Amino acid sequence: MSSLGTNLACKPADYKSDIKPIWCPGCGDYHVLMSFTRAFAQLGLPPENIVVVSGIGCSSRIPAYTNCYGFHGVHGRSLALAAGLKVTRPDLTVVVASGDGDGYSIGGNHFLHACRRNIDMTYVVMDNHIYGMTKGQPSPTTEPEFDTALAPGGTGVRPFHPLVVALASGANFIARCFSGEPNQTAEVLVEAIRHPGFSFVEILSPCVTFRPDEKAWKDQVRPAPVPATSDQGKAARRLMTDDGFNLGILYRGDRKPFQSAVLGKAADWADLEKGFEL
Amino acid sequence: MSKGPRVASLNDLLAVAYKIEIDAVERYNLLADQMETHNNPELVKVFRDLARAEGIHGEEIRRLAGDFDVVSRAHEVAKFERDESPEEADLGSAHYMMTPWHALQLSLAGEKRALAYFTSIVDTAKDPKVKAMAAELVEEEAEHVNLVYRLLDRYPAPREDWSYDPDPPTSQE
Amino acid sequence: MGASPSISIAVVGSGGAGALTTVDCLLETASAAGWHGLFTRTLGPQIRGGEAAGLLRLAVHPVDCLPDELDLLVGIDWLNAHRFGAEIKCGPETLVISDPRGGDPPPAVTQSGARVFDIPMKEMAKAIPDGRPNMIALGIASRLLGFTAEQVFVPIEKRLADKGAAAIKASLAGIKVGFGAAAAVSMNKRLAKPEPSSARRWLLSGNEATALGAIRGGIRFAAAYPITPATEILEWLAPNLAKVGGLLLQAEDELAAINMIIGSSFGGTPALTATSGPGLSLMIEALGLATAAEIPVVVVDVMRGGPSTGIPTKSEQADLNLAIYGMHGDAPHLVLAPQSVSDCMFTTQWATYLAEALQAPAIVLSDQFMGQSRAAIERPADVAFIGARKVVEDVAGAYKRYALAANGVSPMALPGTHGGQYTADGLTHSERGTPTSGAADHLAQLDKRRDKLETFNFGDHWATVEGSGDLAIITWGSLTGAAREAIKRAAADGCKARLVALRLLAPAQPERLAAALDGVDRILIIEQTHGRQFHRYLRAHYELPKSIRVLHRPGPLPITAGEIHRTILDWR
Repeated sequence: MSSLGTNLACKPADYKSDIKPIWCPGCGDYHVLMSFTRAFAQLGLPPENIVVVSGIGCSSRIPAYTNCYGFHGVHGRSLALAAGLKVTRPDLTVVVASGDGDGYSIGGNHFLHACRRNIDMTYVVMDNHIYGMTKGQPSPTTEPEFDTALAPGGTGVRPFHPLVVALASGANFIARCFSGEPNQTAEVLVEAIRHPGFSFVEILSPCVTFRPDEKAWKDQVRPAPVPATSDQGKAARRLMTDDGFNLGILYRGDRKPFQSAVLGKAADWADLEKGFEL
Repeated sequence: MSKGPRVASLNDLLAVAYKIEIDAVERYNLLADQMETHNNPELVKVFRDLARAEGIHGEEIRRLAGDFDVVSRAHEVAKFERDESPEEADLGSAHYMMTPWHALQLSLAGEKRALAYFTSIVDTAKDPKVKAMAAELVEEEAEHVNLVYRLLDRYPAPREDWSYDPDPPTSQE
Repeated sequence: MGASPSISIAVVGSGGAGALTTVDCLLETASAAGWHGLFTRTLGPQIRGGEAAGLLRLAVHPVDCLPDELDLLVGIDWLNAHRFGAEIKCGPETLVISDPRGGDPPPAVTQSGARVFDIPMKEMAKAIPDGRPNMIALGIASRLLGFTAEQVFVPIEKRLADKGAAAIKASLAGIKVGFGAAAAVSMNKRLAKPEPSSARRWLLSGNEATALGAIRGGIRFAAAYPITPATEILEWLAPNLAKVGGLLLQAEDELAAINMIIGSSFGGTPALTATSGPGLSLMIEALGLATAAEIPVVVVDVMRGGPSTGIPTKSEQADLNLAIYGMHGDAPHLVLAPQSVSDCMFTTQWATYLAEALQAPAIVLSDQFMGQSRAAIERPADVAFIGARKVVEDVAGAYKRYALAANGVSPMALPGTHGGQYTADGLTHSERGTPTSGAADHLAQLDKRRDKLETFNFGDHWATVEGSGDLAIITWGSLTGAAREAIKRAAADGCKARLVALRLLAPAQPERLAAALDGVDRILIIEQTHGRQFHRYLRAHYELPKSIRVLHRPGPLPITAGEIHRTILDWR
């Protein structure tokens, strides 16, 4: 059943830890966790060769719920952590997990540069259009009219368009999924992980506690009307006119991934001193 | 309802039927875990009981299959739309304050989906053995549906404010 | 049954039981009747449905600390209540009301010698259409505390105003049933009657008090990035700043937030942000900029357990080092710390005033305990500290933004002031503000920024100094209340001690402390840190008597009056 993996007959259960999530019942992230474990099983990678790196927020709790290596870092800096890890350990499969707050707000700057650098990793953002963990402030993808305590009457500010920003910044693979379609999501994750360079997968994942209106998402999402393109101009037009509910792989680029360091045996450093000799 | 696999042989049908049951066991146990973490002991029991019942159904199918290894075959053939097999209760409908009535509604929906799936096999199968077994499974599921209805009689529909929690959510970070 | 000046109760429940709402209603009822109170919460790790305990202390005097032991503990259910351990401490005098169908009370409760009385709250609630167990619990607690049912109806009717008549009816019925059920049992203690007072009653959290203090001090712009346990300050400011003609902007992160408020202040609008340890760490670089460029800003740090992500929902005092020493270079600035929920308002207002007067950043070290506790207090007196920055109106000749002045404060030209143009800079600069690497200018400006703080007369608010004796308890922040209570108890045991609780931590006030410690030959330092940060700070900046003991512990558990009391007695 596995294709390129070294482990045969991997089951999703092999990638789940026994730690019980604190996510509210009804949270989309339970399905995302399933998609992760199914994708890892499909890839057949040993759990110890996968590292899940995250920031802060509900979505960022995911590493401990997998049986892989994990790093629950500080708010917004997961991509920086992952970059340092992957360039020095290109042998590892690095999956970065974030939310719309952690990833697009405080993490926004790192997002631009991660796309630009095109290091081979997969960035998964569980987007619920709200700051969940801190109890319901608007996030960069929250609708401008959505009323919250910190922005009564709505922010009045246009939402961030992460897929467009990713394309403009150089991401090599762009997809959108919905947590309620865990099978499709798992398939997209498999492709994203296999695709060289920086893969960006946004997963719409409803927040049952602060955005109960997002229950309607399952009726609003649809497969994208056209298959993925590798033409940046076409992709730009499609993503700019996207209403946020087209699912599937939307762009596949062919940039060469960032060349990782070759960390081999150090040469004899005695030679280095020669430069100081008179 | 979830579209499911066509089955070419009796063994494959049993493998699919088996997978439907064990997926349900896993899903009910996951929900029971969620209820445990969120201090809803009544629902822990309901979901564990449902998991146990599905486990028994699974064992029955294993027996029916005799020597054939349904367990291995199950993962190969049982491909459902959205990868949710018919009796997997909808995770998005869980709530930390849900009542037994809610859990049974999820179970009922699952049994009905399974019933519809097996009915579709009866309607489309060419192999008479497959047709016959599918028809038996339809009867089984029909019994399950009735059982859930009877259980529902015991649990009143929840009050309108069943999900009202006067305490605010907690920010953990 | 004797009358006691204070009484403590806790309500425990989970999974939507509404334990915290129950306690909140009791607080409100007590406040309306004239008592003081303090309500804190302790919670499980879930976002909803977790185990929760509401802790409430009511008294005839201001309440600034938790009790050592509960007088009444009501368990709506006991699921995972063992997590609260020492926080719901019971003893032989404690009355525990338990629902026999709610699981078993944790061993810490059953083994404490407390009296356990069963009341089937869940069953009673079921008998009422739309009944809820926590309303039964509310009725029980109300009666035991000596309230009437009518008194406790008031907060309920308020809370359920938009839920309809049926909900209100059900709740009132539940309260009545609980009231009736509590007739069969009584507490060993009765709360003494409150002192009659014409002062207006307030119910608010430390975070809300902080926010109001900011506005009173003159803050009209806030930049916001949410972080536990500071977010409520920003959420209160969002609509309320707008009401006074101000504005709150949500920032993308703390780096943006601190720079936004510096920008606002540069333009003349006093500005503030609120954060916690991790956010303050991010803001340190920009705070150095504000210090060097002499731009006033106020940053509230509602301290939580550290280091790093730490324990976001619990209190600690270990950001002291960061607040005082965090900036690179020599960058003297203001650091203040409120001492109670009520004092959050005064201290933030004063900090704003000082920041504006001294053109320097002020860090206000609040903490989770004060920030997220709700207190019933008397409306504090108005104070006259309103930020008034020295601003240049008419520029005569060449304007020197950083002109050396006797008291170190040079008038600031706000953009738009003709002739006052200058470029604010983090680079070392001359009096004109032009970057320089010269020794003389560097020294002159360092002296200016140091002198403006050190020559300022901060007055009596620098610390709370009370009592007499040769032993002094030196502490700060939320531990002030526990220390004060411990001293009172020790006095009853014939052991006198002074209280010195610092409100102004930077710049240090060595002469004032020396005066406060005149006649003291022993000091007991109390702080909620692992690394004795406050002790080291005192040693670094003040002359201290030779005989010193330090009672310190990191979070999450608060240091209680009882512990401090015992430590005082041990040192007799």
